[in-house]
Amino acid sequence: MAMRKKWHRFIGAWTSAGIFRDLGLAMSLSPRVVRKIIKPTVFILMLLPLAWVFYGWWLYIMGDLSLVTANPIEYTNRHLGDWAMRFLLVTLAVRPLSRIKSLVWLMQLRRMVGLFCFFYAFLHVSSYVVLDQFFDWPEILDDILKRQFITVGMITLTLLTPLAMTSTKAMIKRLGSLRWQKLHSLIYLASVLVIFHYWMMVKGNQLEPKIYAFIVAALLLSRLPQRVKKRSKLAQEKAGLQ
Amino acid sequence: MLIKKPHAWQMAENEVTSEAHYKNRRQFLRAMGIAATGSVAVTGFPGMALGLTAKAKAVRDLDYKTTEYDPGEDQTSFQAVTSYNNFYEFGTAKSDPADYAHEMTTDPWSITVEGHCGNGGQFALEDVIDFSSLEERIYRHRCVEAWSMVIPWLGVPLASVLQKFGPTAEAKYVQFETYANRDEMWGLSRPVLNWPYVEGLRMDEAMHPLAFMSVGLYGKELLNQNGAPLRLVVPWKYGFKGIKSIIAIRFVSDMPRTSWNESNAREYGFYSNVNPSVQHPRWSQSTERRIGEFFRRDTLMFNGYEEEVASLYRGMDLSRYF
Repeated sequence: MAMRKKWHRFIGAWTSAGIFRDLGLAMSLSPRVVRKIIKPTVFILMLLPLAWVFYGWWLYIMGDLSLVTANPIEYTNRHLGDWAMRFLLVTLAVRPLSRIKSLVWLMQLRRMVGLFCFFYAFLHVSSYVVLDQFFDWPEILDDILKRQFITVGMITLTLLTPLAMTSTKAMIKRLGSLRWQKLHSLIYLASVLVIFHYWMMVKGNQLEPKIYAFIVAALLLSRLPQRVKKRSKLAQEKAGLQ
Repeated sequence: MLIKKPHAWQMAENEVTSEAHYKNRRQFLRAMGIAATGSVAVTGFPGMALGLTAKAKAVRDLDYKTTEYDPGEDQTSFQAVTSYNNFYEFGTAKSDPADYAHEMTTDPWSITVEGHCGNGGQFALEDVIDFSSLEERIYRHRCVEAWSMVIPWLGVPLASVLQKFGPTAEAKYVQFETYANRDEMWGLSRPVLNWPYVEGLRMDEAMHPLAFMSVGLYGKELLNQNGAPLRLVVPWKYGFKGIKSIIAIRFVSDMPRTSWNESNAREYGFYSNVNPSVQHPRWSQSTERRIGEFFRRDTLMFNGYEEEVASLYRGMDLSRYF
């Protein structure tokens, strides 16, 4: 109990100290500013990893292998996968971060970040199908069935697809927000699977998959207190009604 | 648009490996310099474009005689061979060895020889390798990650090296060990593998005429990222069997432990012969990407050296002894 109080105090001190307010990202960020300035900026920033690949290919064609290596197809595939995974983690991070008062506006960016995650995941798989295998469907099918990390990766993309397709406001209305939320909680499963996909792909005992696994674990666990609170509130309401 | 690209880069590839560049090393180096500064002017990223040439150590030209070992396929460019490497002691990214391997001290170099042999001990590089009888062998190189190269190695037959030490009848296997110095190889501080890296061959494999101890490529000494000052080349096996920067040779009676096998025995066998019909859990081994080519090509049994080496494994179930 004492531990918990201490933890709350720590969080409280951190947020009320206004670290983020001091950075100039004050609560005064109006939805208009977010929509007109921040969102387009983030949009362009999230295109940079893709621009990087094109720039690398251009260097490669000019005879400079320093960016995409001597095996640009593998580099492209890995790079796109890395960024799909990173943007998945960023999407997951939006909700917990937006609980900090001065960062509430982040929620306005979540759909875009999520769609970018899907965009990179789609390009990642496309680069495998087109550049790596060049539409060799029997070989691709064989890979999906026999190479476990590819199996898991394909399941992950399959899970993300309906989320991207139902991201519009119209779809939220059509599904109803409760059902929509339920559907979109698939992202939790996808985030776990993407870690498995990466972990299984890497050779030897490497650090990077562990770092990503730790971040996903932290992001999922950070939701636990809210979940518990919500559930007990619901239970209370139910009890009150009866 | 993407499909058009291979045409463009295949042409660039041919320029790099053309006869003129290959025969005349000075001209080749100068051409590399021009290529590098050329891209600096265009791109404005000098560090990136020059990184490769700036960090490469100065290497001597070597005298050698040519041999008939040549698959007759386009050689992979010097630039690709020296910038796309797996040498996890310098980091796990393909570009890491080219970026960090120059920190390794290769001169002086000593090699410890021990185990079941008549003349063990500590040897200087020059006592192990007869630099006056170097030969060039152009071999296919197939990585377990399903990419491949064609590389003109310089060196001596492995058998000629091992015979100097007088292995006894009890020597059934030979184990090799890679240099491991934390001050010079930052990757050693990460537990990717159980360092130091070790590899091994059965004695008859090691004595096979194709097994090669390399000290150079493309007419020059090896660069550190390729395993300077001496490394193993076993063309019918996956690349990781070609242990780099060797500091110890041990003649042993039992099958020695090998690093990748120890890391994951299900995926990496002791033999690790190139075999398109034995599947790896993570990569289909039936095809490969030749570095510099767009389309995959079929992987050949024993990497195309079946005629020469198949007899070594007569009667063995290769799906079990993979």
